[in-house]
Amino acid sequence: MTDTSWIGAVMTAARPKAMAALVRYFRDLDTAEEAYQEACLRALKSWPSNGPPRDAAAWLIMVARNAGIDSARRQRRMQPLPPEDVISDRSDMEAVAAERADGADYRDDILRLMFICCHRELPATQQIALALRIVSGLSVHQIARAFMVSDAAMEQRITRAKARIAKAEVPFETPSAVERAERVAAVAAMIYLVFNEGYTIDVAANGWRAELCEEAIRLARLLLNLFPVEPELMGLAALLLLQHARADARFDADGAAIPLDQQDRSRWNSKLIAEGLALMDKALRHRRPGPFQLQAAIAALHARAGRPEDTDWPQIALLYGALERMQPSPVIALNRAVAVSRTDGAEAALAIITPLAGALDGYFYFHGARGSFLKQLGRYHEAREAYNRAIALANTPAEARHIRQQLDSLTEAAAAPSSQQAARENDQRR
Amino acid sequence: MQYAILCYHDEKVTCAWSKEQDDAVMEKLGAVQERLARSGKLGPVARLLPTTAATTLRKDRDPPLVVDGPFAETKEQLLGFYIVNCDSLEEVLDIARDLGRANPGGAYEIRPVGLFFDTPDAAS
Repeated sequence: MTDTSWIGAVMTAARPKAMAALVRYFRDLDTAEEAYQEACLRALKSWPSNGPPRDAAAWLIMVARNAGIDSARRQRRMQPLPPEDVISDRSDMEAVAAERADGADYRDDILRLMFICCHRELPATQQIALALRIVSGLSVHQIARAFMVSDAAMEQRITRAKARIAKAEVPFETPSAVERAERVAAVAAMIYLVFNEGYTIDVAANGWRAELCEEAIRLARLLLNLFPVEPELMGLAALLLLQHARADARFDADGAAIPLDQQDRSRWNSKLIAEGLALMDKALRHRRPGPFQLQAAIAALHARAGRPEDTDWPQIALLYGALERMQPSPVIALNRAVAVSRTDGAEAALAIITPLAGALDGYFYFHGARGSFLKQLGRYHEAREAYNRAIALANTPAEARHIRQQLDSLTEAAAAPSSQQAARENDQRR
Repeated sequence: MQYAILCYHDEKVTCAWSKEQDDAVMEKLGAVQERLARSGKLGPVARLLPTTAATTLRKDRDPPLVVDGPFAETKEQLLGFYIVNCDSLEEVLDIARDLGRANPGGAYEIRPVGLFFDTPDAAS
C-alpha cells in the first residue's frame, strides 16, 4: 500500500480515546500531548510498511506511555523528581490491560478529556480553541486560520487556557451519575459553540470555518456514541446535521447570505438531512424534550419543506414557544416573532418584539426583523430607521449587503402608490 | 447464486474522512460498481448511515425491547452491503478484492443469500 492518506483518518479516529487515556495516566495535558505526538511520529514510520494495527488507539496509548516514561526518566537526571503521583500509579492504573477494554471504561475518560476543555472559568473562545487542539487534534495553524488570528496569537490563547486548567482541580475520580450528566451537558454546549463558531460566518472571508462545523458534527457523533440513549445528544447531533445540510445553499457566489426562503433547496445535502431526521425520530420516542431537540425539530420542519411555502410555520411558532418557556431568552422570542409573522401577520409579530427593544437594542437581527415587519405593515419611514440601525450593527459585509438590498426594495415599495395595499395582501398570502 | 457482501469498517475512521477523502473513496467504488453493473452481476447497493442513527429491537422478550444504537458494540460496524449475482465464491471474492482495493481497511463478510424478495415497488 503506497497510498498513506488513510493514516490521517485512523489517527484522527483514535485520538480522543488515546489522549483521554494518556491524560488520565500522566494527569497533565502537556505531557500527554507530547507523548501522543511522539507515538504519532513512530506510527508514521511503522504503519505504512506494517499496515495499521488492529486497534490503533491501543497501539498509540502503549507507545505514547512508554515514550512519556522514557522522557521523564531522561529529565530525571536534570531536575528533581516530580511528585510520585504525577506519573500515576494509583488504583485506576492497576489493570495494565485496561487500555484494551472497550466502551464503558473509555467513556468517562473521553468525557473527562472533553470536559476539561469546557471548564467554566474558560471563556467560550478558549474552550473552542482548546477542544479543537486537544480533542480534535487540529494544528495551532489550522485553528488560527479558522479564527482569523495569527498562529502566535492562537498559540498564546491555547497556552493561557492550559495554564488555567492546570491550576484548576481536574477531577479524575469516576463521576457520579449526577456529575456525569452535568459533564455531558457542558460538553454538548461546548460542541454547539464549536459548530456556531463555524456557522456564523462570512464564507467569502473565510471558507476554512466549514471545517469547524464538520468537526463539531464529528464530536457530536462521538458523544452520542458514548451515550447512545440520551435524547438531547440525538437532538444536538440532529440540529448540527440539519443546519450544516444547508451549507452549500446559504451563500451566493459573492459570499452574501441567502435567506432561508430564497435558498436553492436542491443544494441542501439530502444525506445529512436524512441522518438528522432519523435522529429526531429516535429522540422523540423518549418523550423527554430539551432545548437541542426543540431546535432540531424546528430545523427538521424547515428541512422537510420542499418549497418555502410548504413550511409548517404554525408548528414552528409553537416549538419556539416551547423553547422560550424552557429557556427564556429575547433572541428566542425574536425567532418566535418571525414565525408568528408568517402565521398571524406582521402586526402580531411586532407586538412580540416591541418589549424586547431594550434587551436587543445592540442586536443586528432584531433591527433587521423589525424593519421587515414594519415594511410589511407599510410603515416605511420606521422601517428605514430600523434597517439603518441594523446596517450599523452588521457583523459582516454580507449582512450589511443584505440589509442594503432591503433598503433598496423599501425605496421601490414606497415609490409605488398602492404599495401599502400590496404589502398587506402579500402579508395575508403568507 | 446471490451473495451479500457485508461491509464492515471502523466508523470512527470513516467519519474522520474529510469530505474530499469520502468523495474520492466513493468515486473509486463507483468505478468498480459500474463495471459490475455492466456485467449484470450487481444487485442493490446500500450505504448505511452512522450507527448513532441506528435503533435495535430486541425480540428475545415479550413485548420486544426497543433500544437506541446498533445491535452489537463492536470495533468495526456494518456500514453497508452489496447484493451480487455470481456463479461461485471465487468470483465473489474477486469482486470483494476489487472493492477492497478501492476502499482499504475493515473487512467484507460474504454471505450466500437464501431467499431474495423483490419489493412490489421494485418489481413494478
